[in-house]
Amino acid sequence: MLEVVTVPTLTEAAAAMGPGARFLGGGTLIMRAVNYSDQSMTRIVRTTEQMNEIRAEGARVRIGAGATMSEILAARETDFLATAARAVGGPQVRNQATVGGNLLAPHPYGDLTVALLVLDGVVHLANGQDMGLGQFLAARENAGLVAAVSIVRPMGDAFRFRKVSRVKPKGVSVLSMAAHLSRSAGRLSGVRIAYGAMAATPVRVPAVEQALEGADLTPQGIAPALAAATDGLAPPDDALASSWYRREVAPVHLRRLLLGE
Amino acid sequence: MATTTTKTPVTFTLNGAEAATFVDPGANLLEVLRRNLGDLSPKYGCGQGTCGTCTVMINGQPRLSCLTLAETVEGSHVETTAGLAHGPDLHALQQAFIDGFAAQCGFCTPGMLMSAKALLDRNPNPTREEVVDAISGNLCRCTGYEPIVEAILTAARAPRRSAGRSV
Amino acid sequence: MSQTINHVEYRKDLFADERDDTLAEIGQPTVRQDILGHVTGRSPYYDDHLFEGLLHIRCVRSPHHHARVRSVDSAAAEQMPGVVRIIRAADVPVNMNTLLSLIDFGRDDEPLLAADKVAYVGQPIIAIVATSVRAAEDAAAAVRVDYEVLPHVLDVEEALVPGAPVVNETYPNNSFDYHDRYDHQKLRFGDVEAAFARADHIVEGTYQMSPIEQAPMETCGAIAAHETNDRIVCYTGTQALFFSLGVTAKQLDMPSSRLHFIGGTVGGGFGGKVDSHHEPLAVLGAILTGRPVKYQWDRAEEMQVGAPRGGERWRIKDGITSDGRIIARTFTGFFDAGAFTRLSSYAVQKATGHLPGPYTIPNVASNVFCVYTNRTPSTAMRGFGITACDFAIECHMDKVAEAVGMDPIEVRILNAYRDGDMKAHRRAAKNCALIESCQVVAAKAGWRLSPDALAASSMAGGGVGWRGEIPETLSDTAGQIGQRSRDGHGTDPFAGAQDRVRVAAGQIDPQATSALGNAPQDTEMEAEVDRLGFKTSASTDTPPSQRPVGPAPSPQPVPPPSSGQKYLGGLPSGAPLGPSDQWQRAAPPQSGPSLPLAARPNPEQPTQQPAQPGASQSPAPPAAAAAPPQATPPSDNEPFQRGVRRPGVSPFLRGRRR
Repeated sequence: MLEVVTVPTLTEAAAAMGPGARFLGGGTLIMRAVNYSDQSMTRIVRTTEQMNEIRAEGARVRIGAGATMSEILAARETDFLATAARAVGGPQVRNQATVGGNLLAPHPYGDLTVALLVLDGVVHLANGQDMGLGQFLAARENAGLVAAVSIVRPMGDAFRFRKVSRVKPKGVSVLSMAAHLSRSAGRLSGVRIAYGAMAATPVRVPAVEQALEGADLTPQGIAPALAAATDGLAPPDDALASSWYRREVAPVHLRRLLLGE
Repeated sequence: MATTTTKTPVTFTLNGAEAATFVDPGANLLEVLRRNLGDLSPKYGCGQGTCGTCTVMINGQPRLSCLTLAETVEGSHVETTAGLAHGPDLHALQQAFIDGFAAQCGFCTPGMLMSAKALLDRNPNPTREEVVDAISGNLCRCTGYEPIVEAILTAARAPRRSAGRSV
Repeated sequence: MSQTINHVEYRKDLFADERDDTLAEIGQPTVRQDILGHVTGRSPYYDDHLFEGLLHIRCVRSPHHHARVRSVDSAAAEQMPGVVRIIRAADVPVNMNTLLSLIDFGRDDEPLLAADKVAYVGQPIIAIVATSVRAAEDAAAAVRVDYEVLPHVLDVEEALVPGAPVVNETYPNNSFDYHDRYDHQKLRFGDVEAAFARADHIVEGTYQMSPIEQAPMETCGAIAAHETNDRIVCYTGTQALFFSLGVTAKQLDMPSSRLHFIGGTVGGGFGGKVDSHHEPLAVLGAILTGRPVKYQWDRAEEMQVGAPRGGERWRIKDGITSDGRIIARTFTGFFDAGAFTRLSSYAVQKATGHLPGPYTIPNVASNVFCVYTNRTPSTAMRGFGITACDFAIECHMDKVAEAVGMDPIEVRILNAYRDGDMKAHRRAAKNCALIESCQVVAAKAGWRLSPDALAASSMAGGGVGWRGEIPETLSDTAGQIGQRSRDGHGTDPFAGAQDRVRVAAGQIDPQATSALGNAPQDTEMEAEVDRLGFKTSASTDTPPSQRPVGPAPSPQPVPPPSSGQKYLGGLPSGAPLGPSDQWQRAAPPQSGPSLPLAARPNPEQPTQQPAQPGASQSPAPPAAAAAPPQATPPSDNEPFQRGVRRPGVSPFLRGRRR
């Protein structure tokens, strides 16, 4: 049997978690599991606390874990995230799916998280701790409840995002890619690249980032990065694409992302 | 802390009228609309947010009733296709769907209509691209999207509260 | 004098108000009659019927492609909250069925619930009836099944190799038995080997298509509930209401008069809602619990267990002359039925009837197999039996054009059927339009055609000389049931052709057709009066079998049947035609239900169906000897007779309209 626990604050919700408990955000993941009688779930925990605030904090933007994709699309503070937020589901899903849920979405979902990864995402947990997004993703099953995520506001056209799906405008990812192309003295420096649907969770791609260090955004300049496009990755097989296919097409899409094709 | 393992009371407005019922723990809004309240217009198609045939409007927004925990709509305004006609007069969207053959098996139609209504309510003169985007969360397997898109554009051009055919 | 229908008079005395004879719908826009319900959300799909105390069925399903079920432990599940009843194979009165048993085609090969073996992932083993979906799922998860995993086979050709795992014990050679004799359906026309020997080019190709899920928006399902007078009402999303009714009556061993089936409002089907598995289980659940029961697939089941269009593989070999004329074509076709027959046996016959595509080819041979593999059983979907076959043929036509350096459209026009041409299955082509279609397509695409191609017409030149003749045919008796698993010979036509047979010109090929034989020309279009329920006026016209078709072929390829007789097939004397178990089995299925007497066929009723299978064993008797009794036109006060009254036809479909 299933029980539903409703509490006024996120802190209390964290206390109500335990074996078999899942926290309900927008419902697109948890209610799906409920509808399919997920045997690992015996308790739904939810809070009536509003957690959808989006606000600028200096050079960074803080997004409440309960903010939906539609709210990100509507907020001026997150205008740069529009392509990534729009890439999630159709209009109904975007009205329900939250940032917090996106961080926990299983493969091949979680396209927004790919963008947050290259924007130096930091996860603010319900227990007051902060954790780098990459670190959080590696331990997300047991990392605790998320209160908010903060990201840097990218300058100029440094932020790029691309989602590849077989159905448009709404389709599940074959892969998604994001880049933050920061420069120093005209050359790429401190670049961040992340992929979605290329590993168990969205991941940064250090091999590509290193290959782009000091390079320029020309076909010759990015050639080493394309050669390293899938180094260290073992993309999953699923109904949308095989691991082989994902590996084959990743360099093509990386080139288009970097060169703005 | 409110822990529910038995039924929870929920009150909201459904198509303008007050609705109150007791829901099972974990029950989704689709089940509650259909089984508790007898509004059979939203349909079960996938239970996982893929097909959109369960689409209803909650506080003016299109939402998936199968992925909405029923008790979370407490105090909300819920609209379904069953409430789309204005008394005996069809909504312009309904009339346009009839005239434009925008329904074949009819199973996706209630969800399509709700997505379309949510669009027209906030954007009375949408472009074709905006219509396509608005129904991108609704799958259709037999009518084909073209007559549906055309019907929504036709409805947008129709005079408000068109004197449609009586139900 | 045969009763042929040249004027249909509807029973206005009975149906005076039902039909407007002044039909003028074509060319007029019309509003769907059901669309008002669709746009108001009021169309009543099967799930739109509310019942107090509704119970839900979920199944324990096989996680393996192929496994023996050693034991099922449901003790814990039975004790779980909300569980009302567990249904096992032993609870199903007639657990084995095959869909086409209702028209006496094929043997019962599929259990409603698996008893001791599972043959595909997702095959149901037991059904749990509970107060909620969640309770049923929880209980299903608590059932422990002890499997002995068996080797499985997922590829159609691997399944035909000697020693392949036996998927379906009813067909131990992993292929459907055609005409109780062969492990495939043959088509033989002319002499392909001689034609290949004189061809300038040989073009070969292999083509295949994966299974395709119909993916209707509404998932398959049914709700059953007790109704008045010991009847059960069943609301169902089936596309085949009377199939589902007949299957339910058969599997539950109950008269169909106790079943009140309501359907017709289907949330998309595309062929995927004909398999009639939900109705028997829902009705059985209602009977066993005394409560309304719903059996509805969720989307995951619809995708995994729902029967798709089956995969197909085709090998085509053409012999071509240097001017682009195809003089010989062979096919080897494999239909992946999955673990059970469903409708794939019929799809093979549809495909064979479609060969060699819309082209006049004087020498054709095909072997088409309905193969069992450990995949999800496949079923109907929009044009099934034809779709992949056409894909293969048209890909191959392009390859042929390339081989002879011709324009691909011109190759099609050159080889296209024309009115009066003899097709490989011994019917004259009529109403042909491929040439004209090619011409229109080329014009619209701005594609230049030669003057000859532009001048060609479907209505000119067809049926002349060889084009209208049934040639002497090289056939064979290879591929008899079980033979392949013993000697492992190939699957292509004549691959194991140690048993060649020559069939005289103008004759049917008994290897390729059923023991009854197929009339070679047009006589099948003669309606049998007493099967149709129409009152007819006496014929004054020439019977259609004697009308010329297209330009009269010379010599007349068809022995004209004498009036009032159906052509019984010019079987070469001594042609081996074994007795047909399938056709002999005229009795109702074993443990068939007892029907009310009124529903039984009247044995005295005269029938024009020729060659009563039990009565006319091989060799076929002379046509005159089998001439059936003269049918008397029904008079106005005789009961309306349903169409199907062949021996062996399911008792569920027989009966009088009351």
